[in-house]
Amino acid sequence: MRTTDEIAAAVAADIPPGSFVNLGIGQPTKVADHLTTESGVVLHTENGMLGMGPAAEPGHEDWDLTNAGKQAVTELPGAAYFHHADSFAMMRGGHLDVCVLGAFQVSVTGDLANWHTGAPDAIPAVGGAMDLAIGAKQVFVMMTLFAKDGSPKLVEACTYPLTGLACVTRLYTDLATFELGPDGARVLTTYGVEVGELAERLGLDL
Amino acid sequence: MRTAFLDTPDEAVADVADGATVLIGGFGLAGMPIALIDALIRQGAGDLTIVNNNAGNGDTGLAALLAKGRVRKMICSFPRQHDSWVFDDLYRRGAIELELVPQGNLAERMRAAGAGIGAFFCPTGVGTPLAEGKETREIDGRTYVLEYPIRGDVALIGALRADRAGNLVYRKTARNFGPVMATAATTVVAEVRELVEIGGIDPETVVTPGIFVDRVVVP
Repeated sequence: MRTTDEIAAAVAADIPPGSFVNLGIGQPTKVADHLTTESGVVLHTENGMLGMGPAAEPGHEDWDLTNAGKQAVTELPGAAYFHHADSFAMMRGGHLDVCVLGAFQVSVTGDLANWHTGAPDAIPAVGGAMDLAIGAKQVFVMMTLFAKDGSPKLVEACTYPLTGLACVTRLYTDLATFELGPDGARVLTTYGVEVGELAERLGLDL
Repeated sequence: MRTAFLDTPDEAVADVADGATVLIGGFGLAGMPIALIDALIRQGAGDLTIVNNNAGNGDTGLAALLAKGRVRKMICSFPRQHDSWVFDDLYRRGAIELELVPQGNLAERMRAAGAGIGAFFCPTGVGTPLAEGKETREIDGRTYVLEYPIRGDVALIGALRADRAGNLVYRKTARNFGPVMATAATTVVAEVRELVEIGGIDPETVVTPGIFVDRVVVP
């Protein structure tokens, strides 16, 4: 079984050098810790920046320089700022190579549900998730394979409200990495579990 | 018409009408025109529709306007945040309407309004609850959703610097929605940190040209 840091490292290792990449809020931000300068990967933040650097040191925050999670960040040499319509044109127009998102559920054909649990008292919030899901050339998801209540998060069909259809290409989890597509889920690697046992626990043909 | 330079934020928002649609710049607090919002609170207009990425943070700026009960409807992409207690309470009490719009659509719908585009087909949200009931079309094998412009009666934006021609530059990620909102409202008011003479901004670096800016105020 992999830790979140190990999952993040695996995602980072699969990002092609020189890619423009958007890391979603939450766990995906950990991927940045595993990207080397030599990789030449440039981070995009949808509030309007390319060349985003690490979080600002406490006491040195500049609140005009924040990431999509509204945390103070820093700029790297070669950074660029732009307005929101340009920022989302970078996604929708197919200029962004990879985005890494978290998820509540992912279907075997790559449908993504990550913005709303559908609970009646929940206040819905979508942000840029739908634009990223359909815009980035490759959408990677990192998550635990099972929810806290034990239910599988890789499913035949999502029951939570969808973020995007057939958009996730790779799924990185604590127990396995999957390739997703029109033909369903294919296991690439497993961690501490056999494929047969995994298929049984998920109730899926793998 | 050429940009007017006003002495106080109060003058700059004096004519905002009840029922107006007000585009408010900022992503969280970055780029939020706090002095203009405070002036709008003092001015007293109500029954407003507010367009912003969020629905207020903490108790200042947009959150303060919401807390006064002046807002009938929020159009935004991400209302729920760790510090959005003012909106959360209004929403749970059914005291405010919410139109949830994916962030890129929010920007593009205002861009369309500002560019005179009647509507556009967009791939964002296809097959999701946020596209339900909307017209779709298949173009070159891909499905798109028809989205309409969002136009404001007023835009309140924050920028770093204006010159006496009304040209604006912004600072870092505080730029966010400012340049798009500046194109998309009948009256555009910019709150800037400094005002410089003509020639004080290199024409090559102007982000929002003065044609889009009606009023400038240095709080």
